[in-house]
Amino acid sequence: MAITPERIEERLRERFPQVAFEREHGEALRDATLVVPADALVDVCTFLRDDPELRFAMLPWMGGVDYMPRVPRFETIYNLLSLETATRFTLKVRLPEEQPVVPTVSGVWPTAGWHERETYDFYGIVFSGHADLTRILLPEDWLGWPLRKDSPLGYEEVAFTHNTPGRTVPDPALKKLAPKKVKYRAQ
Amino acid sequence: MTLNMGPQHPSTHGVLRVALELDGETIVRAKPLIGYLHTGMEKQAEYKTYTQSIPQTDRMDYISPLSNNLAFCLAVEKLLGIEPPARVQAIRVLLTELTRISSHAVWMGTHAIDLGALTVFWYTFREREKILSIYEQVSGARMTASYFRVGGLAMDIPGGLLDRCEKFVDEMPAHIDEYESLLTKNPIWLARTRGVAIVSAKDAIAWGLSGPILRGSGVSWDMRKNEPYSGYETYDFDVPVGKVGDAFDRYQVRVAEMRESTKIAKQAIARIRELGESGPYRVRDFKYVLPHKEEVKTSMEALIHHFKIVAHGFFPPAGEAYAAVEAPKGELGFYFVSDGSARPWRMKVRSPSFINLQALPLMVEGGLIADVIAAIGSIDIVLGEVDR
Repeated sequence: MAITPERIEERLRERFPQVAFEREHGEALRDATLVVPADALVDVCTFLRDDPELRFAMLPWMGGVDYMPRVPRFETIYNLLSLETATRFTLKVRLPEEQPVVPTVSGVWPTAGWHERETYDFYGIVFSGHADLTRILLPEDWLGWPLRKDSPLGYEEVAFTHNTPGRTVPDPALKKLAPKKVKYRAQ
Repeated sequence: MTLNMGPQHPSTHGVLRVALELDGETIVRAKPLIGYLHTGMEKQAEYKTYTQSIPQTDRMDYISPLSNNLAFCLAVEKLLGIEPPARVQAIRVLLTELTRISSHAVWMGTHAIDLGALTVFWYTFREREKILSIYEQVSGARMTASYFRVGGLAMDIPGGLLDRCEKFVDEMPAHIDEYESLLTKNPIWLARTRGVAIVSAKDAIAWGLSGPILRGSGVSWDMRKNEPYSGYETYDFDVPVGKVGDAFDRYQVRVAEMRESTKIAKQAIARIRELGESGPYRVRDFKYVLPHKEEVKTSMEALIHHFKIVAHGFFPPAGEAYAAVEAPKGELGFYFVSDGSARPWRMKVRSPSFINLQALPLMVEGGLIADVIAAIGSIDIVLGEVDR
């Protein structure tokens, strides 16, 4: 028996009367979603996991979204699953552009560890209290946050002899065969 | 001592690198290092229309392209609020179950090679090849099928396909017996997989594992049963579960799943026959879904819609949706944020391999180096999906 989102919200408001929950609205919002303030996130998650009625024991995934130019700009999103009742519930935290910091939930669900690293890698959102907040998919020396909306989609030209300064074509006769320099544009 | 396993190690199934801290042969700490195959698919999707992203999904878990197509299409369909006709759903079920058999066949062959049993590989790849040529007949491509579309299929199934699938599905259980005769009671196989890489049910849930690993640990959770999609609630099948949660339990779960898949495929074939071997293969909703090709040639209105959708893509309402399927490797889901334009504002992939791989240290720490190979094999990862 699935638990209704209204019931989950009711339980949360009962338990955390001082926290300003906000129900997310949208024209085509297909999953019940609740916005939680960043400072209450860990307590709310622990409650959702341990409450005998709700039992959201699993965090199938979490991730980030950049809503530039909206203020606040970033969002982290948490998809919760209760196996006994086959219920899913979504939590969101809104984060400002200047200081996108949110407490880690890897203490609640250890699976969040890599998800949070990925979100940090893509958006530069910092998860305070995370044991190993390093880049995961991109190289360690990568500059910038590629999934931010102000990060363009582009790529590096592959270095061949014909397009690398300082590399000479071995035989002058081959020079005229070398392809013309092609200029690539970011899409 | 620190030992570097990969990223070019044959038994890491692609470009996985694991940094192992050792005390003799015992592993003190293991750290998987990933990202060698990262191609920025989530970023690229933001620059493509929804339909243009479908071929990308084939390249994530390239062993089971159609499951990826299905997860993608279901998420977009949820966003649009449309549901494909029953006939389309049955075709999707048939093909994704064949995909599951093919994926598990690849897993079994390569896992057995890793542990020294070379023979199984040649048997499992024989059947996998048959499934690939079924893909080819259906879509024109052996591996990157891209056959499902938002709201239906790319084209109708070709004539004679069902007979071919039926013949395959009828033969398959005997082939599975054949595989089992090579492994299930093989003392070397048992020695290498029993009691190795154990994950308890509690850990499996806390680490967000899904698919055969979760079920191998004794948790009966299958999205086809518990959160049914594409009409799975109307099919008759069992969910096999393990007891201990070791590599052998995962093996047994997958073998049993192959058998269940043949059962489901058989039911799907009967259902498609009932609904018509040829017939409508897309939703009739011209706002979002291309009209049938035959109609485009005869109806002006259909032609205009065809032109509009091909030229601009379709425009979903602003909102967000997450939908997932029980892919061969676990819960594969797509999360879309739409701003009302023809391109997704955000596409997030919940890839099972990425999350299952995170539990590797949990499985191998305190164990021996040789068991790392068994553990990686038993997780069944595809690096294309881990790194995306």
